Amino acid sequence: MRKWKWVNRLAAAGMAGILALSLAGCSGGALSEVSGESQGQTAAENAGTSGTETSGSAEEGDTIKVGILHSLSGTMAISETSVRDAEILAIEEINAAGGVLGKQIEYVVEDGASDNATFTEKATKLLESDQVATVFGCWTSASRKAVIPVFESHNGLLWYPVQYEGMESSKNVMYIGAAPNQQIVPAVEYLAENYGPKIFLVGSDYVFPRTANSIIKAQAEAMGYEIVGEEYTPMGHTDYTTIINKIQAAQPNFVFNTLNGDSNVAFFKQLSDAGLTADDVMTCSVSIAEEEIAGIGASYLEGHLVSWNYYQTTDTPENEKFVAAYKAKYGEDRVTDDPIEAGYDAVYLWAAAVEKAGTTDVDAVREAAAGISFAAPEGTITIDGDNQHVYKTVRIGEINGDGLIDEIWATDEPVKPDPYLSGYDWAAGLSGQES
Amino acid sequence: METFIMQIFNGISVSSIYLLASLGLAITFGLMGVINMAHGEFIMIGAYTAYVVQNLFRAYLPAGVFDAYVFVAIVASFFTAALFGAVLERLMICRLYGRTEDSLLVTWGVSLVLQQLARSIFGAPNVGVDSPSFLAGNLRITSTLALPYKRIFILFIALICLGGVYALMYKSRQGRNIRAVMQNRNMAASLGVNTRRIDSVTFAMGSGLAGLAGCTLTWIGPIGPTLGTNYIVDTFMTVVVGGAGSILGTVLGSGFIGIGGTAFEFFTNASVGKVLIFACIILLLQFRPKGIFAVRNRALED
Amino acid sequence: MEKKKWRPDVTIVLALVIFLFLATTPFYLSMFRVSLLGKYMCYAIVALGLDMIWGYTGILSLGHGVYFGLGAYCMAMYLKLEASGSSLPDFMTWSGVSELPLFWKPFGNPVFAMVMVIGVPVILAVIIGYLTFLNRIRGVYFSILSQAMAMILSVLLIGSQEYTGGSNGLTNFTTIFGKSLSSPSTKLALYYATLIALILIFCVCRFLISRRIGKIFIAIRDSENRVRFTGYNTAVYKVFVYGLSAAIAGIAGALYVSQVGIITPADVNITPSVEMIIWVAIGGKGTLAGPMLGALLVNGLKTAASENFPELWSYFLGFVFIFVILFMPGGLVSLRELPGRIARKFSSKKAEEDELNDAFIADR
Repeated sequence: MRKWKWVNRLAAAGMAGILALSLAGCSGGALSEVSGESQGQTAAENAGTSGTETSGSAEEGDTIKVGILHSLSGTMAISETSVRDAEILAIEEINAAGGVLGKQIEYVVEDGASDNATFTEKATKLLESDQVATVFGCWTSASRKAVIPVFESHNGLLWYPVQYEGMESSKNVMYIGAAPNQQIVPAVEYLAENYGPKIFLVGSDYVFPRTANSIIKAQAEAMGYEIVGEEYTPMGHTDYTTIINKIQAAQPNFVFNTLNGDSNVAFFKQLSDAGLTADDVMTCSVSIAEEEIAGIGASYLEGHLVSWNYYQTTDTPENEKFVAAYKAKYGEDRVTDDPIEAGYDAVYLWAAAVEKAGTTDVDAVREAAAGISFAAPEGTITIDGDNQHVYKTVRIGEINGDGLIDEIWATDEPVKPDPYLSGYDWAAGLSGQES
Repeated sequence: METFIMQIFNGISVSSIYLLASLGLAITFGLMGVINMAHGEFIMIGAYTAYVVQNLFRAYLPAGVFDAYVFVAIVASFFTAALFGAVLERLMICRLYGRTEDSLLVTWGVSLVLQQLARSIFGAPNVGVDSPSFLAGNLRITSTLALPYKRIFILFIALICLGGVYALMYKSRQGRNIRAVMQNRNMAASLGVNTRRIDSVTFAMGSGLAGLAGCTLTWIGPIGPTLGTNYIVDTFMTVVVGGAGSILGTVLGSGFIGIGGTAFEFFTNASVGKVLIFACIILLLQFRPKGIFAVRNRALED
Repeated sequence: MEKKKWRPDVTIVLALVIFLFLATTPFYLSMFRVSLLGKYMCYAIVALGLDMIWGYTGILSLGHGVYFGLGAYCMAMYLKLEASGSSLPDFMTWSGVSELPLFWKPFGNPVFAMVMVIGVPVILAVIIGYLTFLNRIRGVYFSILSQAMAMILSVLLIGSQEYTGGSNGLTNFTTIFGKSLSSPSTKLALYYATLIALILIFCVCRFLISRRIGKIFIAIRDSENRVRFTGYNTAVYKVFVYGLSAAIAGIAGALYVSQVGIITPADVNITPSVEMIIWVAIGGKGTLAGPMLGALLVNGLKTAASENFPELWSYFLGFVFIFVILFMPGGLVSLRELPGRIARKFSSKKAEEDELNDAFIADR
């Protein structure tokens, strides 16, 4: 019998352990939700279990709660931590200036851990347990696609700060990065005109490069460019000598590069080892910004081209202020780039929409957001009410020896976002929705 | 034709990188039977050591001697990783001899911790290492055929390491002791071999070789907290194909994966190439379940 | 005999406590937490299957994400077709596929999809099992081979975007058997379905272990050659248990994707596969209840740690793994020996008996 005592003790300990873990931040029972009872009745019981996890609506009290959902660990942490930093900077600036609707903004940071299922889990947590007014977050297309069903079923609002492949417009997402017609299409056109029509496509094997390249292929067919090669490499691929060999054999006028993350480092180091500079093989990248240049080494990239909507060198008074504030807060050696700036803009755009709507209610904010403008570091940007993307200026830049990017060409005015490329006849077969 | 020759050189070069990265594993896994999932993280430690050495040179020494950082970095990365390895062995691995599966799990935990440690110290983004100017160019054979000096240099380092390991293992007293301990620990101990010391030294050496590989990888690839994860499966495959416990097997394994992999990639693409080479390995193991050079021993049970 | 009797009971009590706890959570936890537990339960199911091959038969598979993923993908194909109705799934459209591929078509039928959830993993497992076990690839060699398989499958899934959704995986489902996936009642129904699956699979495993076949599994683990010399064809037993664990993983995958709403190639790759092993190790392999506890606790801990200290959770998890495996080789379940040891210190009279007892456990 003595043995049974500790059997029970063990069982109790195990149960208590699971209980303690899952009780954190719980509200009413799930059964009550099924029967339609209101949530949050047990909030008082749980108050004090954890600072970030009190339930209740986002507008309660003197603060408005927002969520920040980026990968802080895993492979994507490389890019996403800086975007989080920029979003926090914007929130703190707004708070210092008096907040939104007279209330301070309080933020809850969650780690998506570079894992799509974790992104869904954390998005649900932010919307259900924390009841945030809105969420700023995601980077990869996969993570965005993973959380969209969550935002749609909870009627949440996600502000997505990265350029992407288009062919999407969810009413629960605000796309602050570039649509394909604001980055890829004009870049290919610019390069084909200035360097020649033979294009070699290199990309990481995931959705953005594949979709981007199918857009480029359709464009090439319509415009008379020639695709002389198309290569994809798995994530984390480290040897590019074979692909470089293929590029040399194919003799393209330029390489359109949609490699992501680490792969760029290996690609450009090995390109330069093979004795190929920008004069021999011109490349245009859409996933390399100032932040990535530091990790690759500016010397390997000097002279190569990129296409974005913002550079740290972009000459506006707002940008001067933004760069100074970012460096002051996070260190002189940090750089700003397009997604960082878009993350920063997203917070301001949301704040402006909330001020206009007079509430943080998602439907009201969405309605108010249409047509809202913000004097962003990249110039004035405006939300297009039709598709919840943003009017942005397209800029082609050349990487210089200091690891910064000099603008060499730009559109005269912000380009209207066109996620389904409906303004291009050759793209009719791609979108499937609007043809 | 030039593309073809270039491709053969690429295959050899990639093989040499695999060889360098998996030599350490051939010792810790092949000889000691420890499945060190943190092997990739020792590669990462070596890479970050090279980064730190480079920054120290840049900060404290005249620009004229900057290129010499390479040699300091090679030595420093070996010893830093070896030190980490020795500490790991003393703290954890020493409790795990004979518990192969547990060693896998513990070192998996270690690799999580080391990755996060790198992230905390150096930050999540990749860092840049400039390769020395004397490695920048390439050996031009014809107008389009050029062999990068870096690749040739790495090939030489791999060969030197291979020679060193071979000499140590098969030509020195220390090596004989190591092999004796790995074959029959109790017998070796009763004959007066200090097995504790041998274990530490061997594991440290394996780790050090990984660190050295990391140092050379800084010239051709990214340097970040997750650097090791890119290599871990490939290096294990290399050792398994060759036959654990056989240095020659590791050489053959890296040649097989390096040359075969690049050839498949050349004729198909990178993803299919990777799948094909792994399929070949699975097929090969059907015929030689313990690798090309299986070490025979009389024990029936593993 | 008496002593033999009480020992398995510990794990049964633990299992019962776990089941009881899981069955009652919807009464006091929010829907969000309940859904999370539903996800962990799927992991617990995988852990049961892994325990059968690793804990009992001694085959360490580092690629079980493959079978989990295949089950999940089969189910996801059905869910995706149901979500897109008569039109093509969205990712096919933008990947340039104009017609539904042939192998997708039957998945519109839920019964076919459910059969495939078990069928595809089992068929693959039997093929792989026959090839490897008949050729006597074993030990670490099998482990590393299975790891390569996980990598191959994930590369293949990513590479054939037009058929599998590529790295985005399959997501954006709306209904299951005509019921909305986001409604609390469906979620709850799925939760209890998962619980029932967990209990049933536990019972099946328990049953097998208590039979003669279970003894053979354990004998294979402890000394395969001796079993062979006794006249058993060990390869057949190994293929059987490997296929069984693949079927279990497939079921878990199908339940997982229905509840979580997304499956991507990343869930098939090496890291999640090794994590599965870690749940088993931490809970205590070779006990059935232990791996379930491990899966629930580790994932609960992971969620709790990443919610409260997003940047530190890697440290935390890493150290927990190291500590448990180094100092508790039998996993958390081995804590049951602790009171015995403590008691022994105080009563010297009992010492001998407990010593014997412990020796028996250690010999297991």
